[in-house]
Amino acid sequence: MSEKILEINNLHVSFQTYAGKVQAVRGVSLTLNKGETLALVGESGSGKSVTCRSIMGLLSKNGSIDCGQIIFDGKDLLSKTNREMQNIRGKEIAMVFQDPMTSLNPTMTVGKQVAEPVILHQKLSKSEAMKKALELFRLVDIPEPEKRLKYYPHQFSGGQRQRIVIAIALACNPKILIADEPTTALDVTIQAEILDLMKSIQKKVATSIIFVTHDLGVVANIADRVAVMYGGKIVEIGTVDEIFYNPQHPYTWGLLRSMPTLDNEEDSLYAIPGSPPDLLDPPQGDIFAQRNQYALTVDEYYEPPMFKISQTHYASTWLLDSRAPEIKIPQSIVARQQYFKFKKQSFKDKRG
Amino acid sequence: MSNFFRFILKRVVYMLITLFLISSCTFLLMNFLPGTPYNNEAKLTNKQREIMNKRYGLNKPLVKRYIIYMSGAVRGDFGISLQFGDQPVKSILAKRIGPSLQLGAQAMILGTTVGIILGTVAAMFQNSFIDGIASLSAIIGRSVPNFVFAVLLQLLFAVYLKWFPIALWNEGFLSTVLPTVALSISPMADSARFIRTEMIEVLNSDYIELARAKGMSEWRVAFKHGLRNALIPLITILGPMSVSLMTGSLVVENIFAIPGIGEQFVKSIMTNDYSTIMAVTMLYSTLLVTIILLVDILYGIVDPRIRVGGGEY
Amino acid sequence: MDELIDKKDENKNLYSEIPSSYFTPLDETYHFDNERIAAPSLSFYQDGWRRLRKNKAAVVSMVILLLIISIEIVSIWYTPHDPNLQNVPHANLPPRIPHVNINGFNGKAKISGEWVDKYELAHVPHDVNYYFGTDAFGRDLLSRVLAGTRISLLIALAAAFFDLLIGITYGLVSGWKGGSVDIIMQRILEIISGIPTLVVVILMLLFIRPGVTSIIVAMGLTGWITMARVVRAETLKLKDQEFVLAARTLGESSLNIAVSHILPNLSGIIIVQTMFTIPSAIFFEAFLSFIGVGMRAPNASLGTLLNEGYKTFRFLPHLMWFPAAAICIIMITFNLLADGLRDAFDPKMKD
Repeated sequence: MSEKILEINNLHVSFQTYAGKVQAVRGVSLTLNKGETLALVGESGSGKSVTCRSIMGLLSKNGSIDCGQIIFDGKDLLSKTNREMQNIRGKEIAMVFQDPMTSLNPTMTVGKQVAEPVILHQKLSKSEAMKKALELFRLVDIPEPEKRLKYYPHQFSGGQRQRIVIAIALACNPKILIADEPTTALDVTIQAEILDLMKSIQKKVATSIIFVTHDLGVVANIADRVAVMYGGKIVEIGTVDEIFYNPQHPYTWGLLRSMPTLDNEEDSLYAIPGSPPDLLDPPQGDIFAQRNQYALTVDEYYEPPMFKISQTHYASTWLLDSRAPEIKIPQSIVARQQYFKFKKQSFKDKRG
Repeated sequence: MSNFFRFILKRVVYMLITLFLISSCTFLLMNFLPGTPYNNEAKLTNKQREIMNKRYGLNKPLVKRYIIYMSGAVRGDFGISLQFGDQPVKSILAKRIGPSLQLGAQAMILGTTVGIILGTVAAMFQNSFIDGIASLSAIIGRSVPNFVFAVLLQLLFAVYLKWFPIALWNEGFLSTVLPTVALSISPMADSARFIRTEMIEVLNSDYIELARAKGMSEWRVAFKHGLRNALIPLITILGPMSVSLMTGSLVVENIFAIPGIGEQFVKSIMTNDYSTIMAVTMLYSTLLVTIILLVDILYGIVDPRIRVGGGEY
Repeated sequence: MDELIDKKDENKNLYSEIPSSYFTPLDETYHFDNERIAAPSLSFYQDGWRRLRKNKAAVVSMVILLLIISIEIVSIWYTPHDPNLQNVPHANLPPRIPHVNINGFNGKAKISGEWVDKYELAHVPHDVNYYFGTDAFGRDLLSRVLAGTRISLLIALAAAFFDLLIGITYGLVSGWKGGSVDIIMQRILEIISGIPTLVVVILMLLFIRPGVTSIIVAMGLTGWITMARVVRAETLKLKDQEFVLAARTLGESSLNIAVSHILPNLSGIIIVQTMFTIPSAIFFEAFLSFIGVGMRAPNASLGTLLNEGYKTFRFLPHLMWFPAAAICIIMITFNLLADGLRDAFDPKMKD
């Protein structure tokens, strides 16, 4: 049984805009275990970035946490003052952002920027910190690190800048690394390099990673567990095998079906119909019902609870209720589920 | 780096062309516009006018006068002051450059330093009460004409409170305080407002968010990471700021009786002393053009993206 | 690996109050308003106006300015006294406002430390009141301030209009044409801007008789530079945007694109810049008149009033305070409004 390192309970976050109050996160609960990589998947606006920023305490001024707890190291982060959070940011929990081209200060040498968290949190002297920066540069595979410490960000490529950002995040050996779409702005080949880098670092340093992305291909590559988010809530959560091969929520089905694969039999690429939900005035029932071809009448009135599928797999859809009718699951999903059963069976056979 | 040198060279050449054009235009203006430099012209007899003309070299043909003027201008010699009879303009002005420069430099430094701090604080607390006060102060600083400020300061601090001398320049440092403050209000307001806008944009950028994610306090984030980015564009307004300092000095020097160029300029205007007016015009223009050149060079040096070449990954 | 728990058994008792009939597929009509946008749609100006309204300082300024402008319009036909009529026996009187008995506003002035009723000394009739006092020639200061403000405003508006016209055209042409035309125009601009505008204006005014027209011309001819720069910068930015490319591929002529696409998008910047130019122009005129180069007596402008007031400041402070207050109020309100407009039209400002 892995050790729990972070626990989010029923988080509700909203933003005050000119048009009204936007409910960005509407009851998210999840746990992160030590040494694992949890992927947060979802469209823009699903609440994944807001959840991450809430963990770090970096919500913008018009945002407010309406209720919930974020338990880290035995304490609720949401009850801490900003000063106390400053001691945690960069030291215990670190973050990597999406766009490497704008994440680094253009007027400061990268060496200084990497050494900064070390000086700040570990109180090392400047020269010791620069030595640590050199080590970090080696850790993230920057060539000629001694020379490069004095360079400015614009002298590096996008992929290298992202590595530097990762180096900054790892500088103080944080327990948790939150990566908010770190590969979205990069070319596919560079993307692969960064993912490999993160995996190898995780092996070396045993950091737990929360990886936010909208790309299921990346998830398959790097995640141990996956949480699928929609409309500010988690609609399905499970191990990566369970999500990919035994998905239970229609939204997850939609996501999987819209992934182009080589053995796709359909002529046209599937896209989930409709547009992202309105979080200004969320409907009473299931927020996905409007785009859900499998929606039931109950979805209009009641939000579905989290149904348990296994110890590690939960989904929030009324289809899992005992009273729900049988439905025609899409062919590609059925194929996946069959593969899942097959895998399980062969595993059982091996054991037994 | 050679790119940079060529750039500087180009700018210097422009500067010289500009100065040449300015001096020629000034000369032409002076000579073709109606009116003469003599007071009470109607009372002069023709003979008197002839003598005056001869004295000041105004009876020579235009082209010759132009050549004399230009050759003199290059050496800083603008002939004899019409106002003071026999004194060469050059020596009159030379004595006055010191106080003006000192006043200008002090005002610039005071104004920009305070303005930068005000602007940064305003941006950090955007839309709050503090921001409101800081922004309002900047607006008042910009709106109230500097001569009104100067008089106010004089009244309050020199006459009523008697903390500072009312006028005169040479009574040690204290006598420079009031005029410096009066003159610094304008650059203070301009820099505060400019830095506020720049800092607001900077504070919303990704690298600042990363800095916060490192666990830095908001003050450190703003002053250590943010400001260095906002200061670079500030250099671009140093040119216009110098202009307003020059115009401001005209009044401030007058009100506080400071023996500087500005005071002389106003007097020359009153007395139609046109050789001095020309000289001061050229002086101001040269100063301005030089400052603009220096600003361009400075910008290139300070912004690492320009100073250190592009990527060499 | 755990046993897969049969989903149907575990969850039998959840939410048992929901009738079974609810577990039927949902009506198609539920999906109809998928594309609905929740927030109200606003045009550019509506959005700007909404944001401006939130800025209390700007709104107050706008109200004050409208008030001032109305008063000025009325003052064309009516002022308490004739601003230019000299009345030497009534010279140098302090302000007297009826029913206000504060020393300094009731006709009394401090002479050698004592409050003396100067109106009595000058045998001024009881029904004649000079709200702002009188100057050295016995002219009513209030009327002069009203007239002076009117002239200052006129000059400023006219000069601003002038430099708007020249500046926008220059900037638009330079930015839109681009290439060598732009380079040449920019070089010219640089050379022109190397001369402090003050100097140009002073030189011009030294030799042309100063009057309302010549001041307007002088200020208009030199003040357009900032507007040209701002317009050019924004034009260059807009030129690269895709809607321009789209218009071009649709076959629209260059001139047409410039006028009907680029120009409207510049309107925000132009409005803001104009609102900043006006107080600059007011200040400039006051400055010129203050040092004696602008309007000359007996014409009243705020600058000349300040000039006259300054000369006798130690003894008759009211002669400077009132015009100073007038110019300060106008400048502050204009600047606050301009600031507010700029924030309201700037898309990058956080809402």
